[in-house]
Amino acid sequence: MKLTFSAEDEQFRQEVANWLANNLCGDFEPIRFRGGPGDEHSFVAERKAWEKKLAEGGWTAIGWPKEYGGRGCSIEQQVIFNEEYARAGGPGRMGHIGETLVGPTLIAYGTGEQKEKYLPGIRAGKDLWCQGYSEPSAGSDLANVKTKAQFDEASKQWLLNGQKVWTSLAHESQFCFVVARTDPASTGQKGLGFFLVDMDQPGVTIRPIPQLTGTAEFNEVFFDDAVCSAGDIVGAPGDGWRVAMALLGFERGVSTLGQQMLFQSELDDIVKIAKENGAANDPSIRQRLADAHIGLRIMRYNSMRMMSGGEDGSLQKEAMIYKLYWASWHRNLGKLAMDVLGPESELLTDAPYELNRLQSLFLFTRADTIYGGTNQIQRNLIAERALGMPREPRGTV
Amino acid sequence: MEFAFTEEQVMIFDTADAFLSEVSTAPAIRESMQTDLGYDPQVWDRLCQEMYWQAILIPETHEGLGLGFVELVGILERMGMRLFNAPFADTAAVITALLKWGGEKQQAEYFARLMAGESATVAVIDRARQWSADAVTATATPTDSGYELSGTYRFVSHGHSADMVLVAARAPGSEGSQGVGLFLVDTNAEGLSRKRTPTMDQTRPLAELTLDKVNVAATASLGCPGNSGEALTQLLDVLSVFVSADQLGGSQASLDMTVDYLQERVQFGRTIASFQAVKHKCADMMLKVEASRSIVYYAACAIDEWVQGRYDAAQLAEAASMSKAYCSDAFFFVSGCGIQLFGGVGITEEYDIQLYFKRAKATETFLGAGAEHRERIAHMLLAGEC
Repeated sequence: MKLTFSAEDEQFRQEVANWLANNLCGDFEPIRFRGGPGDEHSFVAERKAWEKKLAEGGWTAIGWPKEYGGRGCSIEQQVIFNEEYARAGGPGRMGHIGETLVGPTLIAYGTGEQKEKYLPGIRAGKDLWCQGYSEPSAGSDLANVKTKAQFDEASKQWLLNGQKVWTSLAHESQFCFVVARTDPASTGQKGLGFFLVDMDQPGVTIRPIPQLTGTAEFNEVFFDDAVCSAGDIVGAPGDGWRVAMALLGFERGVSTLGQQMLFQSELDDIVKIAKENGAANDPSIRQRLADAHIGLRIMRYNSMRMMSGGEDGSLQKEAMIYKLYWASWHRNLGKLAMDVLGPESELLTDAPYELNRLQSLFLFTRADTIYGGTNQIQRNLIAERALGMPREPRGTV
Repeated sequence: MEFAFTEEQVMIFDTADAFLSEVSTAPAIRESMQTDLGYDPQVWDRLCQEMYWQAILIPETHEGLGLGFVELVGILERMGMRLFNAPFADTAAVITALLKWGGEKQQAEYFARLMAGESATVAVIDRARQWSADAVTATATPTDSGYELSGTYRFVSHGHSADMVLVAARAPGSEGSQGVGLFLVDTNAEGLSRKRTPTMDQTRPLAELTLDKVNVAATASLGCPGNSGEALTQLLDVLSVFVSADQLGGSQASLDMTVDYLQERVQFGRTIASFQAVKHKCADMMLKVEASRSIVYYAACAIDEWVQGRYDAAQLAEAASMSKAYCSDAFFFVSGCGIQLFGGVGITEEYDIQLYFKRAKATETFLGAGAEHRERIAHMLLAGEC
């Protein structure tokens, strides 16, 4: 058991840091530390340009095998890249869905034609992707997908009809991967298909969802006879759930340490304010600051355990608690930020609704414990999968 | 990055599981906690002769195994799982002190005795609420041949039976962390009296020791006499990590036995494990157990780094206080939830969950509860030290 990276990995770290120092500057200076969760609407054009810059430097898709244009980086190197990226203030990635979710899924399950068609655009930082899983009636119960995909024999293509929701970056994306029902008589996990859909077509309508932050990271996406060519279904019709779940397993936590760098900078801000405004003299605030610090360090070692574990893809206990753990920690941090600010926490930067970083943190972290599996769903999963307790009964409504 | 156990470490832990599941059963613990000694001396003999665990930290040059703190902490975790009650952690703390601050002759003498199976413990405070160098009240008065030690120590783990005790004592008239020294004293020394103090948690015996003009040689002093306040702090940090490993094991066992019970108990025509309110409580318990595990393993690595001089005292302090704060609260939470989920039988003498609950409270206040360690972290955080 070791706490350190190898000398080779440290050299890689230096390489990453140097590249970022030399490139994340000039025109890109304003986007440093921007575009993260709750700030995804900011600097979109600049961040798209930044994706291409990353690609030119060979820093997109670094975890992909070299034959697909990646760098073939180890888990350790991917972690290091994410850490250095966060440390340098790298802006919220716009290509991360394509890079970390779609790419590995196509590499594992896609046809040769699909790989050829889609991987280069992701790798080049050109094609952005969004995720079409959730629907109004398929939230926590993700398998309750109603969107239908019907194969049209005349045009030899799939026609999609239905609605997706909570689709981040839909209005900026070229493509969306969509889970839709290929067998209209089916229910639940059976009879689904996994589709690669071009967003630029008349059958696709995007409507932003204004949030409590006053911004709109998420969208509704409507499909009205949206077309998808016969070659753009991943896996067989009816096999969509397996592909959809495999996709969620690919990320393997390599971005968690980078995410934690962002958390650290938020905590650093809060500590700084607490010292300046005297909140640090309050014993209860001191306890909570220390608790936040301890909690974040635990998150780090928990991630290190996750990434040091077996590569067989099975989720270990430390991985099973991770979502519940970080989401709860982060939500608590948002509240701590407001309590450290005291009455100042109410005052906006500007009208009509210009939140500062910590206000945005406070409001947006209420979403952390909801998206990607609510805390309640996470607890079900932990109890059932890690502790072997009985499954929740399924209703008949 | 290899934040996982090596194959060799896994083998050591498998062997530890096998041994402890044989000797540290609930009936065996319950029997030995009623004895004056508080543990089974035959088990201690086997621990030293068959398992050779006293040798884990002792260097190979002193006939030991020369292993590290990850191995030790993994065994302590397993001891906590089974409420093991022998002075193993206390002895390991004294061995650590000898490793870090012992002179060659001291190491040769004491390692030989500890290898032969003698036990050791640590005595620091009397009436104080906090374990710290500032709180030391016993005195060490220089004499022609060494020191004369006087004072009372309470909360001495296994103090009524340990063969030697590492005591903290200060130069007469000194204050704060100044003037504090560490001294190794044979418990059969003239002027040393001791008695076991009855405790709420009967699995971890505590004793009160009184030193009335106990004369020790100059060679009994560890490190710099009168200037060992920092060493004492570091020793308490190491011991805090040991205790938090015990707490981790206790938390895991509390969760396991609770879930086992929930899977068997039927009410309303279904196992109570099938109720979501119950499942969610268990999920929260598991989260705290796994978080405890992550910080304890880190803290074990931190001690290794510190012993080898790569971590300074502040890094050790941070690791220890993070670990002790989190694991203290986690163990209390998990064992407390355990009692609640067991329902009526949870508060009976017959069921073991109460033993874990008591051990949780005992280990929480021993060496400082969560709030104290968080305040220490807050101080460091606000001073930019961590």
